[in-house]
Amino acid sequence: MAEALLSVRHLEKAYQKNVILTDINFDVHKGEVVALLGRSGSGKSTLIRTLNGLEPFQKGELRFAGEVVQPKAATWLQLRQKIGMVFQSYDLFPNLTVLDNICLAPTKVAKRARAEVEPEAQSLLASVGLAEFADRYPRQLSGGQKQRVAIVRALAMHPEMMLFDEVTASLDPEMVRGVLDMMVDLAKQDMTMIVVTHEMNFARQVADRVLFLDDGTITADTPAEAFFTAPPTASAKEFLASMNF
Amino acid sequence: MAHSGIDILFQGQNFHRFLQGFGVTLRVAVITLLIGGVLGIVLGALRTLHNRPLQVILRLYLEIFRIVPTVVLLFVVYYIVPQLFHLDMSGELVAIVTFALWTGAEMSDIVRGALIAVPQHQVESAQALGLNRLQQLRYVLLPQALPVALPGTINLATRIIKTTSLLLMISVMDIVNVGQTLVEANSHQHPAFAFWVYGIMFIMYYILCAPLSWWAKRIEKQRLERSNG
Repeated sequence: MAEALLSVRHLEKAYQKNVILTDINFDVHKGEVVALLGRSGSGKSTLIRTLNGLEPFQKGELRFAGEVVQPKAATWLQLRQKIGMVFQSYDLFPNLTVLDNICLAPTKVAKRARAEVEPEAQSLLASVGLAEFADRYPRQLSGGQKQRVAIVRALAMHPEMMLFDEVTASLDPEMVRGVLDMMVDLAKQDMTMIVVTHEMNFARQVADRVLFLDDGTITADTPAEAFFTAPPTASAKEFLASMNF
Repeated sequence: MAHSGIDILFQGQNFHRFLQGFGVTLRVAVITLLIGGVLGIVLGALRTLHNRPLQVILRLYLEIFRIVPTVVLLFVVYYIVPQLFHLDMSGELVAIVTFALWTGAEMSDIVRGALIAVPQHQVESAQALGLNRLQQLRYVLLPQALPVALPGTINLATRIIKTTSLLLMISVMDIVNVGQTLVEANSHQHPAFAFWVYGIMFIMYYILCAPLSWWAKRIEKQRLERSNG
């Protein structure tokens, strides 16, 4: 198999003496969709946040596109242009319109011309049915619309990989589908994705592989279908049962 | 009331001098607020960084300017700085420098408070987009923090205006000093004249401060209503 886009080796993270992640190892290949599953508090969010430097780690090694990631501020600034991330909380900037939210990073961070970025932002918005919201402010949008804009905002940076941290967890149930559909479409367009989610049907539909976290360790790394049809560990089986799956 | 002294107010240059005093007060206050405000925004932003020595220095600066009475600071700059550095500074310049340093200290605290009130996930989503610290401040944090800081800033502005009455101490002809001079020159013949002079001062300060105070209350109320809605 070709070289992994992202590879994680012996990663360890602790808050003071409190060990959160131990000996994390996995690879993500280009175009692959990896679902990161586990109970609350198993370290999923922490793990996904270490991948773009929002959480520092103490030991181990990250490689992105073959290069070792030096864990320092300047490296993370560069890397974050290639790794997009969307969070659980709505984090559009309330002081900017939808369009300005999307254009901010491409113009100020990637230094592209506004005249070039804006039409692209408009067409991205149109592709998710939000064209007429370009000039509105985030407070005028529903939760689902905000999350779709947040995804568009990350995509406008042309990332090589996307991280999704429970992006539907604070949405009203009727809003969830629209956001998940958008992520399914992204997966079909061969976007490399790591997805933390509690939506098991979605994970099964979209993921190529499942990483199952137990107490800060990966206890299963299996093809998605196999994970759901024949859970590899008792803990995973219990977890799926608890999700009514 | 022919000899109450009100007519003296309008004799010769008297009223004109009063207006000039009003102008000096206003000018010192506005320049102080502009310089001190910018200084305070910069220092307030620096105070949100996690750099221990820097935090100690900035905290010390804030505490010194808060604890030492402004009049003492004013004298320090007026009598000591020009000798030490062989500078020829006008009283007005001395006052602006002193008041701006004091305003910067107070303002840094207001700005810091408003910046840390911006939710952490706003910072994180800005980081995740690749914005550096300066870009986070400029495009995300300050635009959200400054409206929060506005009522406190306006209240600070009224304090600056009132503090300019200390200009009297270093012989700058502000409202108070003009009034004092007029009283001293005329109170022998017309003891009631002082009443008019201080009455005028009261009205002038009121004109400067009351609208600000009202504005601060209004936007604070609007902000609370909006955040509850």
